[in-house]
Amino acid sequence: MAMPSPRPERLRLAVVGERLLEALIRLCGVSAIVFVAAILFFLFREAAPVLFASRFQIGEFLFTTEWYPTSISNVRYGTLALTAGSLAVTALAMVIAVPFGLGAAIYVSEFCGPRLRETLKIVIELLSAIPSVVWGFIGLTVMSKLIVRFTGAPVGVNVLNGGIILALMSVPIIVSIAEDALKAVPDSYREAGAALGATRWQLVYRVLLPAARNGLLAAVLLGVGRAVGETMAVLMATGHAVHVPHSLLDSVRTLTANIAAELGEAPAGSDHYRVLFLTGLLLFCITFVVNLTADLAIRGIRRK
Amino acid sequence: MTRARFSTLCRKVPAWLAPLAVAAGLAACGKSDSQTETGQPAAKKAIIQNKGSDTMVNVAQVWAEEYQKVAPDVEVEVSGGGSGVGLAALNRGAIAIANASRDIKPEEIEQAARNTGKVPKGFIVGYDALAVYVHKDNPLSEISVEQLAQVFVEGASIARWSQLGVKIPGVADDTIVLVSRQSSSGTYEFFREHVLGKRDFRMGSRDLNGSKEVVELVGSTLTAIGYSGMGYATPAVKKLKLSPKAGAPAVEPSVENVTNKTYPLARSLHVYTLGEPEGPVKQYIDWMMSVTGQKIVQDAGYVPVPPAQPTKP
Repeated sequence: MAMPSPRPERLRLAVVGERLLEALIRLCGVSAIVFVAAILFFLFREAAPVLFASRFQIGEFLFTTEWYPTSISNVRYGTLALTAGSLAVTALAMVIAVPFGLGAAIYVSEFCGPRLRETLKIVIELLSAIPSVVWGFIGLTVMSKLIVRFTGAPVGVNVLNGGIILALMSVPIIVSIAEDALKAVPDSYREAGAALGATRWQLVYRVLLPAARNGLLAAVLLGVGRAVGETMAVLMATGHAVHVPHSLLDSVRTLTANIAAELGEAPAGSDHYRVLFLTGLLLFCITFVVNLTADLAIRGIRRK
Repeated sequence: MTRARFSTLCRKVPAWLAPLAVAAGLAACGKSDSQTETGQPAAKKAIIQNKGSDTMVNVAQVWAEEYQKVAPDVEVEVSGGGSGVGLAALNRGAIAIANASRDIKPEEIEQAARNTGKVPKGFIVGYDALAVYVHKDNPLSEISVEQLAQVFVEGASIARWSQLGVKIPGVADDTIVLVSRQSSSGTYEFFREHVLGKRDFRMGSRDLNGSKEVVELVGSTLTAIGYSGMGYATPAVKKLKLSPKAGAPAVEPSVENVTNKTYPLARSLHVYTLGEPEGPVKQYIDWMMSVTGQKIVQDAGYVPVPPAQPTKP
C-alpha cells in the first residue's frame, strides 16, 4: 500500500533546498582554506623568481642587517633588523597587553556587577573600533612627547612608543575573546568550587583559568597576530629606522611598515618588488610558527 | 491593502536595483578614467590626476585650488608619495602629470616606453634649495658638503656633535640623530647623488614619509639633523649655511643664491607628462609657467623660473 504523501513536490523542493544550503555552508567553511592557500600561492609566485635566483642568498636575506634595496653601488637585502624590529615591538606589546587584557577579562567576567560589566564591554568594544591611523597619530604626537619628557630619549618615536600603541590596540581583542572563553566555562564549575569553600580568587586561579585555557590562548594569539600584522600605527610610531634595537628607546622599522613604505615605488617585477613579497612570506611564516607552537602547546597540556 | 503591497514593492526595489546602480557607477568611473588618460576636453569636467614629489605637494595643491578658479571645468586631483611613486604611476599610464624633485632616470623612460609607447616629457616649473635643518637651539650655523657626507654616509666617521665642534646645550648624549627620507623620495635620491656621491646612507636614520615630517622631527629634537625642501622651514628649526668645499665660504639657502647657482644643493622641480601634453593638461602646465603660477611657487618658499628662460626638459 502506497503512503499517500500530502505534497510530494514540496517535499522534494525542501530536500533540494536543504542540500543546496548544505553545499553553500560547506563552501563557506572550505573557502577559508582556499583563501589562505591562494594568498600563500600568490605570495610565493611573486617571490619565487628571486628566491631561486643564483644571485640571491637566503642566508643573507634572513641573517644580515643591511637593507639597501635601492642602492646604486651595492644592493643588499638583509631583513634581520626588520625582523628584530617586528619582534621587539610585538614582544613589548604582549608584555603589556597580556596581563592587562587577561586581568580585565577576569574582572569583567567574574568580579564586577552587571551594570558596570555592560558599560565596560561597550567601552572596550569602542576601543577596538578606533582606526589604526588614529592610533599611529596618537603615537606620533601625544606619546612621543610624553616619552621624550619622561625618559629623556632624544626621539620619542621608538620601540617603547610602538609597543604601547600596539598594546592598546590588542587589549580590546584579548579582553573580548578571553571574556567569552571565561563565560563559556559552565556555571556548575563555579558552584562546585564555591561549595568546596574556595575563595573567588582560588576559583579563578585553580578552576576557571585551567578550564578556559584554550580560549585564553586563542585570545592572546589573536592579540599577537594583530600586533605582528599591524602596519599603519607602527609605521608612524616606531620611527622607521633600519636598526637592530639595543634598548626600548631605539627607533626601529618593522617588516610590515617596510612593505607598506616601499611597495608603492618598487617597479612591478623588479628584484626589490619580489624581495618585498618575500618579506611578506617571511611574515606569514613567523605568524604560522607562532600559531603552530601555541597549538602544539595546547595539545601537550591536554594530553597530560 | 494596496498601500501595503506598494510599500513592500518599494522596499524590494532597491535590492533589485543595487546591481544596476553598481554597474552604472562602474561605468561612470571607467568613463572618467579614460578622460584622464587621454586628457581630451570632456563634455562636463576634465579631471587631471597629479601625483609625486612630496617636496612639491604643497605647491601642487595651491596650483590645483587656484586653477579651479581660472578654469572651473577642470579638476586637478593632487597626491604625494614621492617622486618615484609619481613617475611610476605616470609610466603605468595611471596619471596625467607626475611631479618630481629630481630628473627622470633612463630606466624610467624605458619603462614608460614599454608600458605606454610614449616618451615622458619634462618641464622645469621652479627651483628649490635642499636645505639642511637643525634644531633652532643648535649652535652650529654652517657645514661643508664633505662634513655632511661624513655625517650621513654608510660607515660614517662623524657620529657625535662634538666631532663637529659643537656642544648642544642641555644634552648629555650628543649622538647625532639622523633624519632622512623614505627611498621613494626624490629628495632622498638627490641627497644621495649630490652629497653622498651615490654611496649609501648610514643605517639607523629615521626615514620619514614627508618633507614636513622631517622638519617637524628636527624641530622637536635637539640633537637631530635632517634635509628637506627650503619651503618647509619653521620657527623651530634653523637652515644651515653650506660650503661646497671645506674652507670655502658657506652659502645660505636663499632665493638669491639658488638663482645665481652658488648654493651647492640647488635643484630643479619638474612636472612630467606622457608625450607632448595636449588639451587641458597643456593648458594647466602653461598656466603653471604663467606669472600667477610662478607667484605660487614663490609664495610656497621656492624659487620661480625666471621669465626670460624658455622651459626645456
